[in-house]
Amino acid sequence: MNTTRTLAGVALVAATAMTLGACATDTAPEGGIDASTATSIADFGTFADLEAAAKAEGALNVIALPRDWANYGEILDLFIERYPEITVTEASPDASSAEEIQAAENLAGQDTAPDVFDLGLAVALSSTDYFAPYFVERWDDIPAALKDEDGLFWADYGGYMAIGYDPDAVPAPTSLQDLLGEEYRGKVAINGDPTQAGAAFAAVGMATVQNGGTLDDFQAGIDFFAELNAAGNFVKIDPTPATVASGETPVVFDWDYLNAGYAAELEGQRNWEVVVLPGTGYAGYYNQAINKDAPHPAAARLWMEFLYSPEVQNLWLKGGARPVLEASMVANGEIDEALYAALPEAPADTVVPSAEQSEAAATLLGEQWATAVQ
Amino acid sequence: MSVVTRGPGPVSGAPAPSRWLRWSILCIIGTLFAVPIIAMVEFTLRRGLEGGYDFSRWMLVLTGSLGPEYRVLGQAIGNSLVLAAATVALMIVLLVPTMILVHLKLPRWRRVLEFVCLLPISIPAIVLVVGLAPVYGVIARAAGSGVWSLAFAYSVLVLPFAYRAVQSNLDAIDAQTLTEAARSLGASWPVVIARVLLPNLRTGLLAGAFISVAVVLGEFTIASLLNRQNLQTALVIVQKDDPFIAVIVALLSLLFAFLLLLVIGFIGRAGANRPRRTS
Amino acid sequence: MTTVEPRRPVRRGSTAARDESSASTAPSRRRAISPSWGVAPFALYVALFLALPTAIALGTGFVDGEGAFTFDNIAALGDPFVINGFTTSIVLSAVTALIGAVLGALVCYALIGTRPDGPLRSMIDAASGVLAQFGGVMLAFAFVATIGIQGLITVQLRDVFGIDIFADGVWLYEAPGLVLPYIYFQVPLMVIIFLPALEALKPQWAEAAATLGGTTATYWRRIALPVLAPSFLGSLLLLFANAFSSYATAAALTSQGQSIVPLQIRAALTSETLLGRENLAGALALGMIIVMAIAMSLYALLQRRAARWQR
Repeated sequence: MNTTRTLAGVALVAATAMTLGACATDTAPEGGIDASTATSIADFGTFADLEAAAKAEGALNVIALPRDWANYGEILDLFIERYPEITVTEASPDASSAEEIQAAENLAGQDTAPDVFDLGLAVALSSTDYFAPYFVERWDDIPAALKDEDGLFWADYGGYMAIGYDPDAVPAPTSLQDLLGEEYRGKVAINGDPTQAGAAFAAVGMATVQNGGTLDDFQAGIDFFAELNAAGNFVKIDPTPATVASGETPVVFDWDYLNAGYAAELEGQRNWEVVVLPGTGYAGYYNQAINKDAPHPAAARLWMEFLYSPEVQNLWLKGGARPVLEASMVANGEIDEALYAALPEAPADTVVPSAEQSEAAATLLGEQWATAVQ
Repeated sequence: MSVVTRGPGPVSGAPAPSRWLRWSILCIIGTLFAVPIIAMVEFTLRRGLEGGYDFSRWMLVLTGSLGPEYRVLGQAIGNSLVLAAATVALMIVLLVPTMILVHLKLPRWRRVLEFVCLLPISIPAIVLVVGLAPVYGVIARAAGSGVWSLAFAYSVLVLPFAYRAVQSNLDAIDAQTLTEAARSLGASWPVVIARVLLPNLRTGLLAGAFISVAVVLGEFTIASLLNRQNLQTALVIVQKDDPFIAVIVALLSLLFAFLLLLVIGFIGRAGANRPRRTS
Repeated sequence: MTTVEPRRPVRRGSTAARDESSASTAPSRRRAISPSWGVAPFALYVALFLALPTAIALGTGFVDGEGAFTFDNIAALGDPFVINGFTTSIVLSAVTALIGAVLGALVCYALIGTRPDGPLRSMIDAASGVLAQFGGVMLAFAFVATIGIQGLITVQLRDVFGIDIFADGVWLYEAPGLVLPYIYFQVPLMVIIFLPALEALKPQWAEAAATLGGTTATYWRRIALPVLAPSFLGSLLLLFANAFSSYATAAALTSQGQSIVPLQIRAALTSETLLGRENLAGALALGMIIVMAIAMSLYALLQRRAARWQR
């Protein structure tokens, strides 16, 4: 019977054609400027040139930018409104920083690969091979401790680890030990598993410094959560706007801007207050980076310049986060005074873990956490 | 003394359960399954701090007064529908003839086919994607990264379910005799498959198509990890704005899938009502 | 009439010359082209989209971060944490598969005698199709809204009946709490894939059993159940595999710890804090395939015994 033979033959030929086609590479840069090697606006010419190059590309792929995270929703909408020629594709809002890098790896060379990243520090430090160096226009205004000197990544916004709570369901916590009380039975949640999620890791860190420990040894924090679990106060589900709205998670350990996001989102549905515990505050910044193999390099760089303009930094402030250009904007009077004053009061001391401390803590958590909260 | 069916026309030759038994089973299990849906609906009706319930959010969604962030949903639904159609087509064109062939001519390969068809469900999608990513890299360079190419991966995902549905049916009908009869009457192979076997496999095919559509509409992991937009990934994006609207949209997508399957079932069964030349 | 005797065997080169016929009807004769070629398209498709990705994915389990071959990841499978994960996964899958299969078969039984194109059957078919794939975040939230700490049913039970289902601690957000959501999609799946099997029960058998003086009970015990057993076992196996590899619902419901293997795989692949363990995922996936292979052999064994009752 000839049809099966022909079918098989056709299939084989098709497969071969596809494989051969894949081997043919087509990476000729169009135009005079190779956007993927540009390291600042100067390489494009002027800002208008950068805009033109980005519009010519016509698309931007972002990943892991939930719309309710530090007001990213408004920021994305502003970008879309300002540059209607650029189609923004938002992928995987729930992805972790590690998943962003994985997506870049999985989709390398395809036009659905992410152009830009927003990463936690640990992942940023270990993934510099994926980044293209770039220096935004206001590079010098970013504090030295919050950027990589080769321009591979730089901080964008940060906040303190805070406790958000529903004042109608629980009394206001004034210290960490309050949470061990009877009124908090089955009510306290953290944002993920500390061996996986950066926000939960920070929650344990905050518990450590509030429980009399130091960032060199997260044991104090693990012990606190073990106690919380033993008291029956620990709810082991990921808090989401839905669980907060339904009353399942009335107390949440999360970044102050994320808690502020819940408050804004659930206006009129649920009351939500945010408190940063006094004493030592645990802070953390997220970081921006550009994909080395970005399918739309000019658009990626335009996005970066967009993010580091005072207008957008104030939008992050509106989301309750502290923009990285905070210091210079306060000095220049560019900061939105009302929003700035509305931020929760910063504690007396601020600690940020170093890379070594993070790694040691992660190892400790890997060994101890699962048994501690069983 | 008679055990012949009492109900109106048997779905199979087995004695039908008595009316009260049938309805008690269906009602009890039906209620148990309705409860979580009811809880979701109750959540969406909550009015907020004042307490009580109202339909304001439902009105918002049903009159289309949602903000621009929801535009992604329309495109995503279209994508999912295209994918569902492509996946069912692939299943019918690739899987069913192979199953018939193995069943009739290559019985020793049955176990192999069964294992192969069970393999996709043994591997969680997040692991499969690690391996699919390079394959899709090649496809993207050859045929672009349109969302339709996901149909290849989805057909693999539905293999276990479609195989089981069609195989149950194949085992039930006497395919060997039917084929021999048709062949002896002079039918060619395409005619045998199209006019003798497929009509008898209607239930299994329909079940397979059902589960394929359901899998495609409910699939999230592979689309998300390959950065394509389908119904479920769009729902996740939309969820971030307002949890209540998100639950409403999820409920509506369930309803949409339900209605779609009803239509498919109706079309599938409408063919069965045409007078057939019985054996 | 269910059988038709062929009047005479058709020979090759019969007068009705067709150019598409592959093999002759007489099974002993084979033409030059064996029917094995017919599976070529499917085989190619499976090779490209299943075998190759699986091999790549499993291959990552045998290399370390730099790409050098190593057995470390496989050795890590002996870790008590991992063994615990596998045990929990297997138990959870087996329990939900069994309950799902039984309840699903019950629903199929209840549908016997209904018109195949009637409203009841159509609605149940469509509803099963939808619910069989209802999973992930929304299913988890549905159960949070139902039997969570502030869930509808929990609150009703507490206020109206005084029963506190969480008196001994909140079990919903740990492995036992996964049983109910899993059953929620196992039962509809069973209904979908098992209903076609009921076509196998020929009316003649019921009539014959009746004529020979058997009761409904005997019919079921000695005729219907043995005939349905292979399909039931096949469906059971599928349900087991479905529960074994599903993780979206578990990920949304149990945030702390990784009690089941798919969650461990996800943690290895996507952790933000414990970096560099991606290759462990490949090894874990290999473990899962081995478990499935064992399940399949058990199933084949049971099939062989069940087949004794057929024909």
